[in-house]
Amino acid sequence: MAVILHEEFKVERNDYSNAGKISSRVKDFLKQIGVNPKTLRRIAVACYEAEINLVIHSDGGMVYMDVMDDGSIQLTFEDVGPGIPDLEKALTPGFSTASNEARNLGFGAGMGLPNIKRVSDGFDITSSPEGTTLKLSFTDRNE
Amino acid sequence: MLAKDIVQAIQAEPLSIWNNNLLNKDYSMAFASDLMSDALAMIQNYPESTILITGLCNSQVLRTAEMLDIEMIIFVRGKKLPEESLEIAAEMGFNIFTTEYTMYETCGILFGKGLGGIRGSHTS
Ligand SMILES: Nc1ncnc2c1ncn2[C@@H]1O[C@H](COP(=O)(O)OP(=O)(O)O)[C@@H](O)[C@H]1O
Ligand SMILES: [Mg+2]
Repeated sequence: MAVILHEEFKVERNDYSNAGKISSRVKDFLKQIGVNPKTLRRIAVACYEAEINLVIHSDGGMVYMDVMDDGSIQLTFEDVGPGIPDLEKALTPGFSTASNEARNLGFGAGMGLPNIKRVSDGFDITSSPEGTTLKLSFTDRNE
Repeated sequence: MLAKDIVQAIQAEPLSIWNNNLLNKDYSMAFASDLMSDALAMIQNYPESTILITGLCNSQVLRTAEMLDIEMIIFVRGKKLPEESLEIAAEMGFNIFTTEYTMYETCGILFGKGLGGIRGSHTS
């Protein structure tokens, strides 16, 4: 499988005012290449929750978007720490360590990772104190 | 329920109007929350005919609506967006209103007039 479109974006830690801009760009790119609206919405929702997580929970990182030649879309979120000590807990609906600042944005309900998992076709997360990597894949289909 | 009837029922004031024609559009559902994760999780199927009602007033509400393809947003308790968010709003293309009613009152009035929730149609 070959990559036919690749974009990358930098996320700054605690950059609340720009939170969501990357997801907006990703959505625009994928809309332009004709991804189905429902698939596009699933991707936008997952991307936005994951982008917010990098802003509010991580020390910053990168978002990579890859469109493959079979039409599938991969999103990778790679941050530089502090990592997630207990992944199972983090994936439990309602579990959150979000700060008040994050809550004021309307996040911190502990529903982000469960939502991301539900709307994506492929979900893989690994974490250590050096950083967390979340890999998502989506199959574009006429849903 | 027509957008203009929604606006009238809760005596809402426009904060940012992107498309006046949408005032004649029929919206079939509403979702209300201050938690954007809830909106992102729940509004899946008919975002173009769902309105978002919220007491949270910041640019993340606009981002959430953008991700979901929602067109119409109502802020309760007379809340207004900060100036810079209003600029973003105009670019993104939303019709945004504010009402003096509280969240509970806003939802009660609209539900009473037949605007259903996202999990099924209103029966009474
Ligand atoms: N990139 C990340 N780096 C560090 N911790 C994270 C990251 N993403 C998620 N977490 C942890 O997982 C928890 C659950 O995440 P999530 O389900 O998105 O809920 P929320 O963001 O609302 O807290 C977070 O509260 C946080 O403790
Ligand atoms: Mg989150």
